[in-house]
Amino acid sequence: MDPYALKTLNAERRARRAAILVTDLGDGRDRLVREGDSVAGELGQAIAKAFRTGNSGSVEAEGRTFFLNAHLPQPRLVVIGAVHISQALAPMAKIAGYPLEIIDPRSAFATPDRFPDVALHAEWPEDVLKRQPLDSYTALAAVTHDPKIDDFALKAALDANCFYVGALGSRKTHAKRVERLLALGATADQIARIHAPIGLDIGAASPGEIAVAILAQTIHAFRSRGLEAKGAAA
Amino acid sequence: MDNSIYLDEARDPLIIAEGWMKDGKDVAIATVVETWGSAPRPVGSHLVIDADGNFHGSVSGGCVEGAVVSEAIDVIDSGKARMLEFGVADETAWQVGLSCGGRIKVYVERLG
Repeated sequence: MDPYALKTLNAERRARRAAILVTDLGDGRDRLVREGDSVAGELGQAIAKAFRTGNSGSVEAEGRTFFLNAHLPQPRLVVIGAVHISQALAPMAKIAGYPLEIIDPRSAFATPDRFPDVALHAEWPEDVLKRQPLDSYTALAAVTHDPKIDDFALKAALDANCFYVGALGSRKTHAKRVERLLALGATADQIARIHAPIGLDIGAASPGEIAVAILAQTIHAFRSRGLEAKGAAA
Repeated sequence: MDNSIYLDEARDPLIIAEGWMKDGKDVAIATVVETWGSAPRPVGSHLVIDADGNFHGSVSGGCVEGAVVSEAIDVIDSGKARMLEFGVADETAWQVGLSCGGRIKVYVERLG
């Protein structure tokens, strides 16, 4: 392994960015491919697939055998709002493999009593996200209904290119939110990425059902990353 | 399943390999490149080895690490990468096998 490739790979992993180490099993040469780098041909297709699935494996291309070791950051879910829905979402997301953090400055809501075994921040999103910035392997669900708490986080999620951004509220509520986000400087394309009303349309009514709908939509967004863009280009 | 969102730097084999390299040690990296049947560690898993035989990480549930470490020391000396295959003991030329009945292919290469 090339020492420089190892150093670069570790730097990418520390920064929670996806990278694939491509090793030619014939001659042992390797190179690091970052997400978004363009690689032509069959090898490029295999690399694109590995970025999407996170699966490592061997691939035959150009008459050679390459091993692709895919290093994807652990996807995670940040929830704005320590509400009833979040109480149901926390254990479900953990089981599904999406570690979850909850941010809510209302200390009466964000109590360890209501949220055992959850990373909980009884602070404003502005303060928490400064310390722990969002990234493209993070999903953000804003469920407080309160613009003072949700709006900043939604704008930050769009700017960080979070793989999923969802916001609780009716179409009417969302229309007002769109006006506010435009005023904050978000573009129309960015705002179109927000899932609102939040969650897959399964007719969810109770907090637990809404949590299922949010989690299912998060998983769908993660597993179809890059596919929408490809469909649009074709 | 390790769901930590940040790297566990003290236990991460590739971080440890980089640290060894900075300390001037000779290092080999072993990687699971293929598995068949029930294999204890997924494709892409690493075991890192230094010239003194110290190692971190795993390529199996502890079944074949000893054999990989001794091969890795040869790889560090020669600089030539090797592909190792482990399976049920009586089906392969190797002395050690996987009790789970699976088979794995491990690529061992020198760092640098």
